[in-house]
This record gives sequence, C-alpha cells and structure tokens, in this order.
Amino acid sequence: MTKNIALAGNPNTGKSTLFNFLTGLKQHTGNWPGKTVVRAEGQFETDRHSYKVIDLPGTYSLYSNSADEEVARDYIIFEKPDITLVVVDATSLERNLNLALQVLEMTSNVIICVNLIDEARRKGITVDQKKLSEQLGVPVVLISAREKVGVIELLKTIDQMADGTIETCPYQIAYDNTVETEIEALEPKIKQLFGDHFPSRWIALRLIDGDQHLLDALKAYIQRSSQIKSDLELKQGGVSHGA
Amino acid sequence: MEKAKPINQFQAGDHIEITSIQLTGVMRRRLLDLGFVPGAVVELNQKSPLGDPIAYKVCGTQVALRQEESVLITGKKRSAEERRSS
Ligand SMILES: Nc1nc2c(ncn2[C@@H]2O[C@H](COP(=O)(O)OP(=O)(O)OP(=O)(O)O)[C@@H](O)[C@H]2O)c(=O)[nH]1
Ligand SMILES: [Mg+2]
Repeated sequence: MTKNIALAGNPNTGKSTLFNFLTGLKQHTGNWPGKTVVRAEGQFETDRHSYKVIDLPGTYSLYSNSADEEVARDYIIFEKPDITLVVVDATSLERNLNLALQVLEMTSNVIICVNLIDEARRKGITVDQKKLSEQLGVPVVLISAREKVGVIELLKTIDQMADGTIETCPYQIAYDNTVETEIEALEPKIKQLFGDHFPSRWIALRLIDGDQHLLDALKAYIQRSSQIKSDLELKQGGVSHGA
Repeated sequence: MEKAKPINQFQAGDHIEITSIQLTGVMRRRLLDLGFVPGAVVELNQKSPLGDPIAYKVCGTQVALRQEESVLITGKKRSAEERRSS
C-alpha cells in the first residue's frame, strides 16, 4: 500500500528542493480546495515501499494565522500522513525548532531533516545529530537536498518508519499547572469523542487557546463521519455493528 | 538590573531580555512564533529616522516592528557581563 509523506517546515528551508529530488518528474501541482495555496504532490518508490509526497506550504507556525498555516495544519491532523518530514534549516535551528516542536505535539511519525548542512559547515556550525535525536525523541537526519548529501540515510529512515520498526517518543512540552490541569480535564472528553483518531493533548491545547478554526473543522469532521456511518448502515439494511 | 520598559525605548545595539508581551490574539501568536518570547534575548538593530518601525534581531533574523506592537512588548537591558555569563 502507498504510504503518505508530508513535507513541512519554515519558508525557504529546501522543502521543494527535497520534494523534487524525491519525486523527480512524477509530480503535479494544483490548488488546495477552496484556497489559493499551491498544492504539489508527487510519487516515488524504494525497493520496500511506494510513497506519495505532499509539499506543504512553508510556515513559521501551525496555529492557523494564515491560509498557508491552515492548509499545513489541517493536512497533518485530518489526512494523517504516515510520515511527516520536518525540514529545518541547519543554520538557524533555534527558529526552525518552533515549528518542529509543534509538529511533535501533533503526530509521532516524524523525521527531522536538518537541511542545508553544507551551508552550516561553511559557516562553522556543527549539528549534533545524536543528541538532537535523543532530545526530540524522533529520528534526525542531516542532509543537503541541493548537494544530495545524506539522502541515502534519509531514504533508509523513511523505509524503516514505514515498516514500523522505529519507535519514537516525541518531545512533549510541559505547560504550567493551570494549563496542565485544564488539559487533564479536557483530554478524557476528547478521547470519548474521537478515540485515538486525533492527538487529544494537542486538541485540548487548541481548545484552551480558543482556536475557532479548529473547532469548526472538528465539527465538520463529526458531521461527515456520522453521515458516512448512517449511509453505511442503510446499505447494510439497517444492521448496526457497534464500533 | 534595570527596570523593564517597552522595547521601543532602547538604543541601537542594546541587547534586551523580553519580560512580557501584552499583545493579544493573532498578533501575539505571530510575535511568539517569530521568537519574541519571555526570556529570549533580542538585539535592537536600528531605528528608522522617525523611530518607527524599529528592526530587531531575533533568533538570528531581522524583524521590523511597528510602534503599535513594540510598545506592548517589554524587556530589560542585558549588560555585556550578563551576556557573557549566560
Ligand atoms: N546550500 C544549500 N542550499 C539549498 C539546499 N536546499 C535548498 N537550497 C536552496 O534554498 C533555496 C530555497 O529552497 P526551496 O526548496 O525553494 O525551499 P522551500 O522550503 O520549498 O521554500 P518555500 O516553499 O518558499 O517555503 C533555493 O535557492 C535552494 O536552491 C541545501 O541543502 N543547501
Ligand atoms: Mg517550496
């Protein structure tokens, strides 16, 4: 079965360069439904799996401050890619890790691609791959998408994650007592509604933040799925099969 | 240690430790995402001739803020010694 990969990251970190390298000519672009944001999609195969890749718009954050951020965020939450590659700029990790940490709160199937490693070396910056990986709790690969450095290791890591042989433990930010108490109160209710389909801690945080866009998107999701469920039940002659 | 004041009241070259962000909503979110977070140290790079906007260096990148935003962010000056020891 084809596995889905999403490429996320700050603007100008080399996502499209990596996307082009991975997918070659097997790609096409269009717009996201209802948005003027470009959607680029492509495919590639390794000897283990075939993959579909989505190049998400570059953003500094995923809190839906803009159409770009909404597209990237909704894709990760609602389309649930099998793997999210967060492409970060090795020469400005501090800034780039903001988005990486947000993604780690949303999904555990994350690989951090520290790109522009050639540029970092030129500037005398070294990145401790092992330490970063230990602290973030997910695989970290150092690459140069432009000079095709580290890409074999990246493909290997992608295959392993697709195989399910990599155990991740994404870094979770601990908030202050007030927030943690609120999360604790909300999480069971969110789990009751969605089971493990969505990251409940992250949803709780968005609700505490008063994120209206997410609330609307979740309501639409519930309506859609109850519609699908009742359609199914009609087809099966009204026989209901508990969840 | 100096008292905290709005970050538009510092001089070019000053290193400022952010102490609070009194903005709300999307603007607050944006500034947090750009690196204006309590505890972070930003540098005032330059003031335009009329004092608005002001360019700050934050997380290695230059960001220009208008007065309406910068007056709502407070910080205190970090001396050269404090910078060395941290
Ligand atoms: N030195 C170096 N430059 C790179 C590398 N990867 C990408 N670039 C360059 O960085 C610039 C931006 O690359 P893109 O691939 O367009 O970046 P992007 O993340 O898709 O940018 P947005 O779509 O605008 O968010 C281009 O000029 C690339 O050639 C790399 O590994 N090393
Ligand atoms: Mg791009």
